[in-house]
Amino acid sequence: MAQDRSSAGGAPGGAPARPPLPGGSLAPRGSAAGQAAKTGMLALAAAIALWAVFPLYAAGQWVGVGVVVAATALIFYVYLSKRAVPAKYLLPGTLFLVAFQIVPVLYTLSTSVTNYSDGHRGTKEQAIDQIEASSVERTADATAYTLTVAARGSSPEGELVFLLTAPDGAAYAGDEDGLRPLTGAEVGPSGKITDAPGYTVVPPSEANSRSEEITGFAVPTGAGTGIRSSGFSSAYEGRSSLTYDSGCDCITDSRNGRVYTADDERGAFVSDNGERLPQGWRVGVGLDNFLRFVGDPETRSSFVGILTWNVAFAAGTTAMVFALGLGVALTLHTRHRLRGRTAYRLLVVLPYAMPSFAMFLLWRSMFNADFGLLNRMLPGPDVDWFGQPWTARAAVLIVNIWLGFPYMFLVATGALQSIPRELVQAARIDGAGAWQALRQVTFPLLMVAMAPILVATFAFNFNNFNAVWLTTEGGPFPTDNPLAGATDLLITYTYRLAFGVSGAQYGYAAALSVFIFLIVTVMSVVSLRRSASLEEVHR
Amino acid sequence: MRIRSAGLLAGTAALALATACAGGGQEADQPQGGMVIWADPERTAVLEPFAEEFGEANGIKVDVREVAVDTIQADFVTAHEGGSGPDVLVGAHDWIGNLVQNGAIDPVQLPQEKVDALNDVAVEATTYDGRLYGVPYAMENLALIRNTALAPEAPETVEDLVETGSRLKDEGEVQEILGLQVSQTGDPYHMQPFYTSAGGYLFGTGDNGAPDPSDLGVGKPASVEAFERIAEFGEEGEGAFKRSIDGDNVGSLFTQGKTAYFVTGPWSLAAVQEAGVEYGISPVPGFEGGEEPVPFVGVQAFFVASGSKNKVLAQEFVTNYVTDPELATALYEADPRPPALNEVAEKVGEEDADVGAFTDAGANGRPMPAIPEMDAVWDPFGKAQAAVIGGADPKEAVESAAEAIREEIG
Repeated sequence: MAQDRSSAGGAPGGAPARPPLPGGSLAPRGSAAGQAAKTGMLALAAAIALWAVFPLYAAGQWVGVGVVVAATALIFYVYLSKRAVPAKYLLPGTLFLVAFQIVPVLYTLSTSVTNYSDGHRGTKEQAIDQIEASSVERTADATAYTLTVAARGSSPEGELVFLLTAPDGAAYAGDEDGLRPLTGAEVGPSGKITDAPGYTVVPPSEANSRSEEITGFAVPTGAGTGIRSSGFSSAYEGRSSLTYDSGCDCITDSRNGRVYTADDERGAFVSDNGERLPQGWRVGVGLDNFLRFVGDPETRSSFVGILTWNVAFAAGTTAMVFALGLGVALTLHTRHRLRGRTAYRLLVVLPYAMPSFAMFLLWRSMFNADFGLLNRMLPGPDVDWFGQPWTARAAVLIVNIWLGFPYMFLVATGALQSIPRELVQAARIDGAGAWQALRQVTFPLLMVAMAPILVATFAFNFNNFNAVWLTTEGGPFPTDNPLAGATDLLITYTYRLAFGVSGAQYGYAAALSVFIFLIVTVMSVVSLRRSASLEEVHR
Repeated sequence: MRIRSAGLLAGTAALALATACAGGGQEADQPQGGMVIWADPERTAVLEPFAEEFGEANGIKVDVREVAVDTIQADFVTAHEGGSGPDVLVGAHDWIGNLVQNGAIDPVQLPQEKVDALNDVAVEATTYDGRLYGVPYAMENLALIRNTALAPEAPETVEDLVETGSRLKDEGEVQEILGLQVSQTGDPYHMQPFYTSAGGYLFGTGDNGAPDPSDLGVGKPASVEAFERIAEFGEEGEGAFKRSIDGDNVGSLFTQGKTAYFVTGPWSLAAVQEAGVEYGISPVPGFEGGEEPVPFVGVQAFFVASGSKNKVLAQEFVTNYVTDPELATALYEADPRPPALNEVAEKVGEEDADVGAFTDAGANGRPMPAIPEMDAVWDPFGKAQAAVIGGADPKEAVESAAEAIREEIG
């Protein structure tokens, strides 16, 4: 790689000076299998692109179509051209990085400045449609008609007409002009009209395909009232009480004359006395979500405590799983013949192989103060594990360590096996004790492989939602604050703030995620810098 | 080389087109593939034959899809937003507030005679902001199931219950006085009969008879008194209410005979019968000298999705088909909860004493509030209950819960 970089610097833009690339001598000929694999992969890429484009095209999402086309074109260019060799290596990873890391982060950022939440999900037009549609009310003492959907003329595709039978048996035909008595109709046993001169009865499946037309249809019967369908076999007289007026950008309630004016800052229709209609829409709110979190005194006071415990939880878990995993790995990494070594290793790996969801729930019941296995096995008085802050913290840590150490054990075993035994033997010959050899020879070499994994373990556990939510749910909670518990991590705390107390508040949740993202980023950058120094053994 | 590339490209394109056509064809079929009903796993199988019959009668394919019970509401709202939701949803009435504010369901128009045929409380539960949003078919509420071998008499009051329970515990017959799920974070649903009997309420009643979010009962002096009463029976008091009893272990406590009393709904009946416990069902008792307990009534209903592309059929199904007594009977047989159709409920009540007993236990019940503000209550209010049962100061616990709720409601 280093060679590659220096040569690129030597020949800016000059293709002829390019030195042979690694594997370059094989490239022009290639093997048949390689060509087939390449063809297959490109075909797959094209297939995926086509599969993705059609729904986007159907929905008129031109930006999406453009992105898919551009990405596919890039893939084809890179792999069919003979020039862009480094790009051939970098492209898949880069595409996945963009798709699964950068886009979600950007999307989260863009959501965090909106009021996207329950009641504010769609557009203003959708909200208005829904407000009007749901305001239709049956008029008092309205007649319940039996409905037959029909079409004028001899084709079921003709102009829509409602053929109605009143409870007293009288038949009517209703269209956009109003209701007229119908003569000569044949009425079936259910009250539905089976045949009427001049009309064609529309069969149900046909009626269903005209759903939008039928549900929007009302036979006018007076001021504001109309006969509307309810399914295809009943109809009622009703009126729409809320109507939107684009002139004043407001909605008027005809029942009491109240006017709800659109508030585009809140994304809701609000009346003068502060009442709002439940259906709202999504609007930008700037930094409100961030300020709401920063500005709340209660949140501020809880935040430091939660962050401290969060760091302690992640660091404690990482340190303990590392110590335990490495200890077990070292024990089993003996040169002496150990009977059933594979069996031991299998047993140790078991917690890792089991579904963690089930394990968390199982541990939760084992920690139950009255019925739990632990209290029954331990001597002394029963411990109210989840009822007190420190025992709850200990319990969460124990569960998490139990679930986490097998992975460390696996990694440490692999890393230990890759360290030549001669090194330790040489150290021993030079007079080092077992401990000294471990500490000064094995350990530094081990850390090269382990350090990035420790950083990853820390970052994962920093946001280990399940470990807390499925065991303590963040509790126990102090009596004076039901929102911040003793074992809460930032992620469980913010989840509760965003989803646990008032429906789904995606905008607020996104703003909180941005905070956590920043914290984890800072910590990861710092620790990765520090772990890079461990690689000095290679220089 | 050049030729080979060209061939490769052509081949790729042909292959991709073939895949796309296969895929595209499928896509195109789906929207017209007929009506889709979402139901939770328990009800999917029951609905299928009826959906099929309805489909056949109307010349359209009707599909009943099973969606996990914990996520069905959230999935429905998300699917509605994405334009890929079902046409009909089967769910609980207390989702209505959230579904309405998200514009995900339409009101249903039932003729008055059909409304009259339904249980009043069920109609009240599915009525939101003065409009009927769902067609109810089953109801559920809490009752007290007792092990008649241990406790032959139905207790009149909580004090009675605790006296018998404590005696049985002292005699070593049982381990726990009462099987009431509390858990570390509290369970307001199961605590509601006791909370109301002790004088507390959640929301006042507005002019239209619906819960009024501006009148929050949590934090009022009456609620503090109620919590003090509850605390008397908590871990520091009689030990009848305990945080260590939760939804995971409460059922087995009763079925294994470790407690004589079990506060639960009709959903636990099957497990109790299977365990072979001799049982009797009675209303959840109130405190001595307290108010009549008011358990929550939950109603299962059919909803018409506002985003439905088969709305005529969906409305037909919900307003004219599911009000059919036969379907109500079949749903009852699959999952024995009191039907919402009065006619069926009476018939079933005569044949099945358990269902009748549950209906009686819910006679004084009120629908669980469906207003979105209720979301803000569950979590802090439950934690306050758990804290008080664990021995915390009732006043402090209730007031901090009230503050958290008020802050959220705004």
